[in-house]
Amino acid sequence: MSYSFRGGIHPEPHKRETSCAAIETLPPPDEVVIPMSMHIGVPCEPIVKVGDYVRLGQKIGDSSAFVSAPIHASVSGAVKRIAMTLHPSGSQSMAVFIENDGKDELYDLEPQDDWESMSADALTGFVREAGIVGHGGAAFPTQVKIRSAIGKVDTLIINGAECEPYISSDHRCMLENTKEIVGGAKILLKMFPEASCLIAIESNKPDAIEAISKAIEKDSRMQVATLKTKYPQGSEKQLIKSVTGREVPPGALPVNAGCLVLNVETTAAIYRAIVQGRPVVRRVVTVAGSAVAQPKNLKVRVGTPLKYLIEAAGGFIEEPQKIIMGGPMMGLSQFSLDVPVIKGTNALLAFAANEDRRVEEPKCIRCGRCVQVCPMRLLPTYMYLYASKDNYEECDRLHVNDCMECGACTFECPGSLHLTQMFRVAKGKVMERRKK
Amino acid sequence: MDKRFIMTSSPHVRSEDSTRSIMLDVLIAMLPALVLSVYTFGARAFMLTIVAVCSCVLFEYLYCRLIKRPQPVGDLSAAVTGVLLAYNLPVAVPIWIPVIGSFFAIVIVKQLYGGIGKNVFNPALAARVFLFLSWPVHMSNFTAPHSAMPLLSRVDAVVTATPMGIVKAGGAISGINLMDMLLGNTGGCIGETSALALIAGGVYLVARRVISPRIPLTYLASVAIVSVLSPGAGLDNLTWMGLQLLGGGLMLGAIFMATDYTTSPVTIGGQYVYGIGCGLLTIFIRYFGAYSEGVSFSILIMNALVWAIDMAFKPPRYGTKRFEKIENYFKAKSKKKDGESS
Repeated sequence: MSYSFRGGIHPEPHKRETSCAAIETLPPPDEVVIPMSMHIGVPCEPIVKVGDYVRLGQKIGDSSAFVSAPIHASVSGAVKRIAMTLHPSGSQSMAVFIENDGKDELYDLEPQDDWESMSADALTGFVREAGIVGHGGAAFPTQVKIRSAIGKVDTLIINGAECEPYISSDHRCMLENTKEIVGGAKILLKMFPEASCLIAIESNKPDAIEAISKAIEKDSRMQVATLKTKYPQGSEKQLIKSVTGREVPPGALPVNAGCLVLNVETTAAIYRAIVQGRPVVRRVVTVAGSAVAQPKNLKVRVGTPLKYLIEAAGGFIEEPQKIIMGGPMMGLSQFSLDVPVIKGTNALLAFAANEDRRVEEPKCIRCGRCVQVCPMRLLPTYMYLYASKDNYEECDRLHVNDCMECGACTFECPGSLHLTQMFRVAKGKVMERRKK
Repeated sequence: MDKRFIMTSSPHVRSEDSTRSIMLDVLIAMLPALVLSVYTFGARAFMLTIVAVCSCVLFEYLYCRLIKRPQPVGDLSAAVTGVLLAYNLPVAVPIWIPVIGSFFAIVIVKQLYGGIGKNVFNPALAARVFLFLSWPVHMSNFTAPHSAMPLLSRVDAVVTATPMGIVKAGGAISGINLMDMLLGNTGGCIGETSALALIAGGVYLVARRVISPRIPLTYLASVAIVSVLSPGAGLDNLTWMGLQLLGGGLMLGAIFMATDYTTSPVTIGGQYVYGIGCGLLTIFIRYFGAYSEGVSFSILIMNALVWAIDMAFKPPRYGTKRFEKIENYFKAKSKKKDGESS
């Protein structure tokens, strides 16, 4: 029996194109663009000047704010300029441009061989110094997550669900970085001596389930949980519900349900930071979509402009209509291929066809499919009606702000309504109203 | 920047289902009933269905053209309304009856409320009731199965009682055969007589996930439970129940009318309540009403309550339990009492 929750959808997976091939390493480009905001929270301030020589892994941005994560150079070379540039989120962000000298001169953190004798607090400090953020896409600073959970959780969930279509970067990492993932989980268990650890993987990745199961055989505190394959199985709240049966109360955090959820690659990053002294300067990105010639998984330096990834994947076989950073359900469409890979970039998709079946006249036929698939048990059809009439009071009463914008309703809608898009606006309006 | 990419917010993929594909499935699901109807009532049944479909589509087209609304004819919903309207007519009605019915269904009940997804009442049912109250003679001119019918010309009154009519009039129950009712070999409207063909269509719709079985099953179950407990006309409990389930427009109503997206609840709890409400009202009208049949009226009454039902039975907010608010209220009250007594 596999674990599941109520609601959700079954989109075409499109994972085969990339899930079978080993991760390839993309050589670093001549210049990297490293935005000072690659996480949820306060952006970093550059701590280097134009003309400075920086080494690979050297800290180049930091912030004194609690919710933030420092940023490191992903190549060695001279800082060419520090300027505003286009960010994957569509806004402008301060970024450090580093000219790659090709030497990859290292400036690593100190590996902590005796981590087993260290306190949770000290270990969390290393997680911060390595600039670790959630690798699943949302990029919340991991250190903050761990700190707020210490002493309050009994279940540690390592998220290997990877429910978004097309993406297989976590899948490949589970196969190729098994040791690092399990090692990271062990470090986490040291920080949470009361907790047990579940590594949750969707049933469509049997080889990953096997690899992880084999690696944790001897550990009584770790277990693999096989999840039913459906979207959004990897969403924090739904994952917690699936494997523990608990629901995170409205407005609360997973900690309130006694859980800490971390992505598999985030867990591996914790291992690399503490045992090997390596900060986050690389990540694995799935390059796929109907316009891409050779879909594949690439290990790239953070700050590599997207065009290099497309080049490495054989370029376009068809004129792309849409470029998406992240998955097709929650990813951000991109204006330009000059924007860089950031810490949360798990995929780069290029679509040649009209995959989202845009229509001129979206019309609700009240079929109720949105209500059946909503993993948050909302009433999208009614929220849409109220939102389209600017009635945000009623939207609030229907808890539109519980919407996590997973896009399941929009995917399923036969009338092609822009439900998620409408709720994104409504959520902002409701927050404005509440402030008054 | 030479090349422009499309910028939209997520999600960037959609399922292949569209309004059109759903309506096409509904049309396919209604085919078996049409085939059996032509077998039972002759080619005139087919002719009336075509007239109803064509006039529904035409009225939709003309109305939207007139008020310059984007053309919705391609979504096939008007065609579905046309078939359903025809299924609710006796085969002997004059040709102008489906034309007038189509006008009422499409223009008055559907488009004046804003078109697909906006109407409060089921267009085909509202039109049936309108026709029934306006031309009662034509609308209850039921013919016996396999009687010779002219294809186009006028049909003189050749009234045959329907099973429900016989029951209401307290007539000779002995003439009722449940097997005939299952196969549609009995008097009644074009599309409602064969329970078997309608059930086949319903199974197809459920298998294709066009409808959920919640409304039809609760509707039929509540009719079955009440009728088996209170038999009439001197019949044994099970025969009476069979008569109530297979007779009149119940199958057509439960499978194709009460499940109409626009006029039924979207919440799971609401769908159960709606199904039970339809079932109880149908039975009450059949038992105590002036008319022999109550399916149309009961569904229309429940149509009016859809919004209220959805709001009353919306699922509990994620992270809370259904009756949490009420529980907390009583907990707070009992705490207060404890405080007072101590």
